[in-house]
Amino acid sequence: MDDGKLDALGQTIVSALGGAASAHAVAFNQLTITVDAGKIVDVMKHLRDDPALRFVNITDVTAVDYPGREKRFDVVYHLLSPTLNERIRVRAEADENTQVPSIIDVFPGADWFEREAYDLYGVIFTGHPDMRRLLTDYGFDGHPLRKDFPLTGFVEVRYDDQEKRVLYEPVRLNQEFRKFDFLSPWEGADYPLPGDEKAEPKA
Amino acid sequence: MGLSPTATGSSPAIAQAPKGILDPSTGKPVGANDPFFLEVNHELSDKGFFVAAADDLITWARTGSLMWMTFGLACCAVEMMQVSMPRYDVERFGFAPRASPRQSDVMIVAGTLTNKMAPALRKVYDQMPEPRYVISMGSCANGGGYYHYSYSVVRGCDRIVPIDIYVPGCPPTAEALLYGVLLLQKKIRRIGTIER
Repeated sequence: MDDGKLDALGQTIVSALGGAASAHAVAFNQLTITVDAGKIVDVMKHLRDDPALRFVNITDVTAVDYPGREKRFDVVYHLLSPTLNERIRVRAEADENTQVPSIIDVFPGADWFEREAYDLYGVIFTGHPDMRRLLTDYGFDGHPLRKDFPLTGFVEVRYDDQEKRVLYEPVRLNQEFRKFDFLSPWEGADYPLPGDEKAEPKA
Repeated sequence: MGLSPTATGSSPAIAQAPKGILDPSTGKPVGANDPFFLEVNHELSDKGFFVAAADDLITWARTGSLMWMTFGLACCAVEMMQVSMPRYDVERFGFAPRASPRQSDVMIVAGTLTNKMAPALRKVYDQMPEPRYVISMGSCANGGGYYHYSYSVVRGCDRIVPIDIYVPGCPPTAEALLYGVLLLQKKIRRIGTIER
């Protein structure tokens, strides 16, 4: 489908959804609609059940963190319509306290996706029957894919010979994490070797 | 094709029988005049037995029947499978896969050990009977590797279990792991004891 048709499709969907959807956009030949997080269940029902759309396949539910924004998260849903041979991205803004309704009644396949988004970003889904962490350790503290989460986390594990069990301890690094810029020396990176600066001709 | 009759002769080409490597000074296969083997051979043909220390015999038996616990955690596991497949075939060294920790002697930690997996790894190690050995395979198991600074990865599985052999690589080739296995056998032969 070319961009014009996608744009028309987006317009149809947004107008059919009424107040639930606020905007649509086409970028890189992909259609995105922005909706209100509180009405996500109605949006999903419409996208799935409308005979002209039939977005019956849930491909992904995830989140994006924009720490500078007032509502920092975008909850992102990806759907596929085999009838239209078309994909759609549904975006809803949320923050740490927004209660996003779970779409598990519309798409049972969203179960673990929502758990994963909760685990890694801390987005709260309401109405989910089993809202536990999915990937991180039991009793893990924090949400690791948030931009303000420290790379190395807070705890590390070690087996203790006296206690005969695996212990958790605060992280202690022998060497700090170093960031390499990977600039090639032929493309502008200048790393003067110690002593080399004397050999530089005075300009 | 190689097996079809050729233009020069009507009989199909047949591979020659292998000859082996002959020692040019004796005209016999290499090793035929090795004094150690000659002595053992004489002793066996003369008396029908020979004398060795019991712990030598036991460590020899141990090196020849190492059952390994497969602990495949990530991509290294694919190389670990490779080493047990016909090309490298560790079973010719008596190094056979065993899926139960209670019946295995070696554990190969193949892949990234995460914090969540660490207690399970230790539990499996504790279930193995003595004497037990651990091969740490790959950068991630050796010291965290690519994920050294991650919030969820153990910085080297030697924080959880004692390691006998470290195999470097990301992932190590099947050959490298095979060499690690041979080194473990050598280590058992050299320092293995029958005491606990």
